[in-house]
Amino acid sequence: MTSLMGNHSGTIGYSFSEPTSANVKQHSFYPYTDNGGSTLGITGADFAILAGDTRSTSGYNINSRMVPKVFKIGGDDETGEGANIILSVVGFAADGNALKEKLDTMVRMYKYQHGKSMSVGACAQRLSTILYEKRFFPYYVHAILAGLDEEGVGALYSYDPVGSYEREQCRAAGAASSLIMPFLDNQVNSKNQYIPGSGEGHALVPKKAEPLDKETATKLVKDAFTSAVERHIEVGDGLQLVIVTREGIEEVFHALKQD
Amino acid sequence: MSNPFDINGGACVAMVGKDCVAIACDLRLGMQSLTISNNFPKIFNYAPSTYLGLTGLATDVNTVSDLFRYKVNMYRLREERDIAPQTLANLVSSSLYEKRFGPYFVSPVIAGINPTTGKPFICGFDSIGCIDFAKDFIVSGTASDQLFGTCEGLWEPDLAPEDLFETISQALLSAVDRDALSGWGAQVYIIEKDKVTQRLLKGRQD
Repeated sequence: MTSLMGNHSGTIGYSFSEPTSANVKQHSFYPYTDNGGSTLGITGADFAILAGDTRSTSGYNINSRMVPKVFKIGGDDETGEGANIILSVVGFAADGNALKEKLDTMVRMYKYQHGKSMSVGACAQRLSTILYEKRFFPYYVHAILAGLDEEGVGALYSYDPVGSYEREQCRAAGAASSLIMPFLDNQVNSKNQYIPGSGEGHALVPKKAEPLDKETATKLVKDAFTSAVERHIEVGDGLQLVIVTREGIEEVFHALKQD
Repeated sequence: MSNPFDINGGACVAMVGKDCVAIACDLRLGMQSLTISNNFPKIFNYAPSTYLGLTGLATDVNTVSDLFRYKVNMYRLREERDIAPQTLANLVSSSLYEKRFGPYFVSPVIAGINPTTGKPFICGFDSIGCIDFAKDFIVSGTASDQLFGTCEGLWEPDLAPEDLFETISQALLSAVDRDALSGWGAQVYIIEKDKVTQRLLKGRQD
């Protein structure tokens, strides 16, 4: 009987066994792509900055040199006019866009239903919920949300892909976050800096982190990105800078190296 | 237990200044996330102004540093002079390439001043001896990404010895604070023509 099950199938011309590996093809679909790039946010006493490079990559290819990663949330029209919250997304660009669209819709619906703009704090909590809703098929992004809080002080919230979030003074995300974040710790939060002549050894007094002014913060953002461009191949082409102040949202673009 | 370069952790960086060079390392030795020692320096001295930093697998750091102590001692006996950093660089390169198909899991960094020309010199290597001659700085270890960021942001040309010390210290301390496998204090060497200053930095103890 065993001979019928395939061992000698050559002699009888047919077989009951599964085809062998020679003509087996396995197809697969991976729903995520890493589109590279980096983002960064810094806040001060009366402003918040979000910045991102404008390069989009897949593997070693450059898809585009002009794909912005920072978006206005809750504007009156498609130009984003009237918005007071900004969002940056880095990671998988398609998920980033979907997330931006969803949050933008939510914030606009809130305005229509309540007749007032959503606070950044509320928007931050809403974004966390949106991310956690897809806990088992996540948006593959690191999001940073920024704006001014109810006191008019710069507010910045950073997220992991499934919605854990925290309010911070500064945060780098994306491909070059490991390069930028320690630089920010040192220059924004004055980590590892001490007041000269304040004592010897353990008596040394750590330097307190002072809120930065807008010009200094902008300078740091540009420095951080020009440094990241030198050492990371997925970062470059252009720098998008979006600044929220009481006067509104200001957006500027700067050139970065294209190599 | 996957990548031999990441088991024990550690970081090293070298920088060029005006008529001086600096080399610095952290002091941690660990097994994955468990810290074993906070007194494991990774910089070794081979001549009055020639230093070698070694990060990677700790057993290979010890083996390779001892191997070069032997080789440099033999060099000094034969040549009756101290080894120059450039010469050590070529010795390191050829010694590592000898083990092309079973390499030591180390990322060496050299910093020094040439005893005849008086010119600063730094370089780095991969584990099989390919030399990276850099004019600005060299980084190695598990915090190398972080070090690239801080060095690229803080370093500038022609720093005086005291400013170079400040720059390399801030770059290293900030970098290792964002790497779980490095830190626990640091050791910094500032090398001038006929003077070497060694400093121990405390840093975060976590």
